Amino acid sequence: MEWLRWFWTQLTSMRTALILLFILALAAIPGSFVPQRPVNPIRVSDFIADNPGLGEWYERLGLFDVYGSPWFAAVYLLLYASLVGCIVPRIAVYARAVRTPPPHTPARLDRLPAHAEGVTTASEPDALAAAEQWLRARRFRTRREEGAVAAERGYLREFGNIVFHLSFVLLLGGLAWNTLASYRGEVIVVEGQAFSNNLTQYDDFRAGAAFNPTQLRPFTIFVDAFTASFETGPVQRGAAREFRADVRTADPGAEPQASTIEVNHPLRVDGTNVHLIGHGYAPVITITDPQGNVATSGPVVFLPQDGNFSSLGVVKAPDARPEYLALEGWFLPTAVVDEQGPHSVFPDALVPELFLTVWAGPPREETSAPESVYSINKDDLAQMTTAEGAPVAFRLAPGQIVDLPDGSTVEFSDWQRWVKLQVSSEPGLWLAAVSILLAIAGLGLSLYVRPRRLWVRVADADGTTRVVAGGLDRTDTAQGLGDDVVALARAAGVAELAETPAVTDTGAELFGKQGVG
Amino acid sequence: MESWSNLAMVTSWVIYLLAMCAHAVEWASARSAAPAAEPVLVAAGSGRAAPEPEHGASEPARSPSEPVRVDLFGRIGLALTFIGLLTHLIGVVLRGVAADRFPWGNMYEFTTTTLLLAAATHLLLATRFGMRWLGLPVTLLLTVGQGLAVTVFYVAVAPLVPALHSVWFIVHIIAAAIAGAAFNLGAIASILYLVRDRAERRGRVGGYVDKLPSARALDVFAHRIHAFAFPLWTFTIAAGAVWADYAWGRFWGWDPKETWSLITWVVYAAYLHARATAGWKGRRAAWLAVLGVATFWFNFVGINLLVTGLHSYAGI
Repeated sequence: MEWLRWFWTQLTSMRTALILLFILALAAIPGSFVPQRPVNPIRVSDFIADNPGLGEWYERLGLFDVYGSPWFAAVYLLLYASLVGCIVPRIAVYARAVRTPPPHTPARLDRLPAHAEGVTTASEPDALAAAEQWLRARRFRTRREEGAVAAERGYLREFGNIVFHLSFVLLLGGLAWNTLASYRGEVIVVEGQAFSNNLTQYDDFRAGAAFNPTQLRPFTIFVDAFTASFETGPVQRGAAREFRADVRTADPGAEPQASTIEVNHPLRVDGTNVHLIGHGYAPVITITDPQGNVATSGPVVFLPQDGNFSSLGVVKAPDARPEYLALEGWFLPTAVVDEQGPHSVFPDALVPELFLTVWAGPPREETSAPESVYSINKDDLAQMTTAEGAPVAFRLAPGQIVDLPDGSTVEFSDWQRWVKLQVSSEPGLWLAAVSILLAIAGLGLSLYVRPRRLWVRVADADGTTRVVAGGLDRTDTAQGLGDDVVALARAAGVAELAETPAVTDTGAELFGKQGVG
Repeated sequence: MESWSNLAMVTSWVIYLLAMCAHAVEWASARSAAPAAEPVLVAAGSGRAAPEPEHGASEPARSPSEPVRVDLFGRIGLALTFIGLLTHLIGVVLRGVAADRFPWGNMYEFTTTTLLLAAATHLLLATRFGMRWLGLPVTLLLTVGQGLAVTVFYVAVAPLVPALHSVWFIVHIIAAAIAGAAFNLGAIASILYLVRDRAERRGRVGGYVDKLPSARALDVFAHRIHAFAFPLWTFTIAAGAVWADYAWGRFWGWDPKETWSLITWVVYAAYLHARATAGWKGRRAAWLAVLGVATFWFNFVGINLLVTGLHSYAGI
């Protein structure tokens, strides 16, 4: 029991909080240099492939997912425990302090950091009443005592401090709620096609543990057109300049509403956000088999592999007879062939071309097994070759048709753009936002409110009324304490100060202002 | 327009360099003057309260000629900084005109704007509050920063990528620039505190160090700047998160820039806690402030140049 108490005392001490903050800062560093799986899984697998030994150790230490790792969670949870353990007792202390009148007037006011004294012509009650009025006008809380007034202001400082710290608990709550109840899905939609908000439609979907599929609002988005423009000038050539998707959204049974989605302007439908997070090209390809039947026709999504949208994709024609046909290759929006081979040199479709090879094999039995639309299962396929035995490879510009050795044809009639939409709902985010605002407000109070205590004692002696005022700052960065003390003495009727009060006032030194009026 | 902006920026760099030289001569002259006794400071402090502080005789009487020379070069330094600030301002404004937007779209533009704010704050503090002792370190910062900007960070004017087309572009970046300027000034104050504190503890307060306020006053000044900058930095991160939610569809994604801005935040949070912790007050807290500005600079320079992330714009 004793060690538990010791542990708790240690955990909630300011020194521990300080060390934990340090560790948190250090712990956050590796994630900014080591590729992170949740951010970029491809870079992680590349890293492991390049450094197998190191990669294994990184994996064991959780360095590929620092911010989701147990040790990172341990640091911030300890910090939170320390925060709660530190702040909760302070709430009780504060609650008592707020209800307690200012502390009693000390016996020796002249020992305070600032004091002033003098003689007043007013009577004792009048002087005290005047001093109290002056203090109240300056929002001091006062306590009338026998021959003295005690005053304090700046209670909001500790209030702000508590609010600031508690808002982090609220923030964690908001984020946890959001993690549990939110969902985020991504879907690629080719221009002219539509997307219905339904689990089966998503290419990628992640949701929290508390997610229920009925949370998906049943709307449909028709992507009518997508406009992309890029810098064509010499500076930043190829940089994105505008992305805009013209869409119509419709609730079931309702008339579609036209709107646009841009990069900083997500669409909000029914509490669901629809962001435009990517785009690419979909060449329109028609494969006609040797019998003259169209085996497949339509836009095919190719995935960009570099900043100039050299895009990789496959076209499958499972219905082609006598053989199953599949095409594999590149769509290059601005095609150039040089020593690097074919590649794109500009992200816009200025000189679009297709570079394809052909795979063929026996027709496959239709199974319901899922199959990637971005790669070919080449198990029983062979690359088609010419009569001379060279692999069939061809290059097509829009509108061109190529005849394959087996008698089938491939037509590249046109290209379209596709957009990647992210559909997300984040129900807990408002709470996180509110807690941040509270944190900033609390921080402001705790940093800028400067608590101060002032006292004034008035005593009749030998027919004269003597006034002594003194003051104490409860923060080490306040200024103007001397001014306040002198003004308080004057408010009590002192016309001439007995002595110039000495005051330790750093403000005076810094800002060239004497602390004494 | 762009070339005028560039000319103004380079000119301001040269003028800041000259201002730094003037301040260096100022302090070198002060150094050759005999080390004064400790209480001189109080007199210097009250001297600064004169109606015209820039002409105020902030020099305590020593030998007849030295203070005159010290003061003269100090005033030359301030005047040069002011001229540098004007050309700097022209450079930033013309950059915005040339780009037809707020000039905060890349590293070059952010650096020049932040330094402009730092220079303006310094001049305000020096002329209105008599804090001329900031002259040498601030002009050093301005010279190095502006030099880096015009040589290493420079990129030609270009429009913004769609991700930056947002009202949060203004809110997030101006908050970051003000907080950044304040962090830099705060670090300068903390470094001066460390210098002064060391001299006071060794009982050797002379030359430049003698003209600094007391270690305690410097500590208070550093705390005030950080107390201003920290809430603003909190807001910068929050505004960035809101913007990220609009632009990228998530409010926080552990992008390297986001991670490092959080690290900076945590270090400054530690600084504020340290000031209230026995054994951490004073020197250790000041070192934390220096560490804080180091993380800020690393986030700005290191992360932009070493790591690719979502905050990589315009190739730099």
